[in-house]
Amino acid sequence: MDFSPFYLTFKLALFTSLILFLLGIPLAYWLAYSKYRIKYAVEAIVSLPLVLPPTVLGFYLLLAFSPENAVGAFLDDFFDLRLVFTFPGLVVASVIYSMPFMVQPLRSGFTSIPKAWLDTAQTLGKGRWLTLSRVLLPNMKNSLLSAGVLSFAHTVGEFGVVLMVGGNIPEETRVISVAIYNEVEAMNYGQANTYSLLLIGFSFMVLLITYWVNHDKNRVLGYD
Amino acid sequence: MIELDLEKSLFGPEGRMKLTVSCQINEGELVGLYGPSGAGKSSVLRMISGLMKPDAGTLRVSGESWFDREQGVNLKPQKRNMGMVFQEYSLFPNMTVRENLEFALEKGQDPGIVSEMLERVGLEKLEAKKPMVLSGGQKQRVALARAMVRKPGILLLDEPLSALDMKMRGRLQEYIVQFHKDYALTTLLVSHDASEIRRMAERILVLENGQFSFDGEPSQFFGH
Repeated sequence: MDFSPFYLTFKLALFTSLILFLLGIPLAYWLAYSKYRIKYAVEAIVSLPLVLPPTVLGFYLLLAFSPENAVGAFLDDFFDLRLVFTFPGLVVASVIYSMPFMVQPLRSGFTSIPKAWLDTAQTLGKGRWLTLSRVLLPNMKNSLLSAGVLSFAHTVGEFGVVLMVGGNIPEETRVISVAIYNEVEAMNYGQANTYSLLLIGFSFMVLLITYWVNHDKNRVLGYD
Repeated sequence: MIELDLEKSLFGPEGRMKLTVSCQINEGELVGLYGPSGAGKSSVLRMISGLMKPDAGTLRVSGESWFDREQGVNLKPQKRNMGMVFQEYSLFPNMTVRENLEFALEKGQDPGIVSEMLERVGLEKLEAKKPMVLSGGQKQRVALARAMVRKPGILLLDEPLSALDMKMRGRLQEYIVQFHKDYALTTLLVSHDASEIRRMAERILVLENGQFSFDGEPSQFFGH
């Protein structure tokens, strides 16, 4: 059996989740605490992938990444970076597509922290960075876990966007969902079945462990 | 000395209210801030601490300008030499008792102060415990000790005892008065409990309808 689609999928999900943590924490922090009204527009944009068909996003990303258009040409000329039908392109598309799955749980996490803790940290002379790293993030571990797992799992489950932006190139962009589609197209139902069962098993385990850990933590903290 | 002349428009229980407060508080005084709930007592404290920005006026502490609307001065809470204790304790649940105090240490500050403060409030045996397992009185002692770590010149107490039972209140009152004397603090205590103010404060400022309606000795206000 060819395991490369699995390897590629998990590599993609890992890269996507890590990048999303770096982008999602400051963005969710800003959405939670900013007083600017423009944040509602930003929140709506971040959440668009939740309601749009993946093909819409995939279509526009395909156009944008194309070397014949401004963004694609710029990346090509200045960074020698091609995002259409390549792995880096998949990562960029996945980051955009899975953004709400990272940002929403983190935003809820930030807003669940009592305002008095932020005030207290300020009166103790601490700036934003120390308050974030020592007070906020350690007290929203459940949100961090949910955000990480949801982003990872959602990336594993992607199909429309990756097919549009990445195509179906073995060992480059053929992730597991595309590989299953490919096998079905070729009438290899046995192989499609094996891939699908493995994916179901994996996804179930990830969610099971997440709920388990979250439940245990709540019990220890006396929330449950 | 605290020289305060501030204005702030607030939303009170009876709609919009204008807070116009002006007073001088001498170094070493323990002043009770008394008045009905919703009068703006906490807002006065929050403006002194820098957590709330006044609409207009000036605030000078020991000759240093902390706020001056016209000059565009508004010192951050982190830069103001004060400690604050909140009604709801506001301890960080991810940190032990000792870590809560250590969090308040300034860069390069002698960490010996942490043990000193723990000892003063009689909590050295509980230093490795998380706040969750402490009683209300113990939590507030941690909060008081934590506010003292930076050796502030001003101690701001926002109804620190109102969530405690009578016995605990008495002990905490003694701790506060002792801190006030031993560390030559200027202390502002917000309370709606007349007996508490009579027992602790040497001067009372009564806040009614957004203004100080009385300034003098507690016995003059409450009668003997």
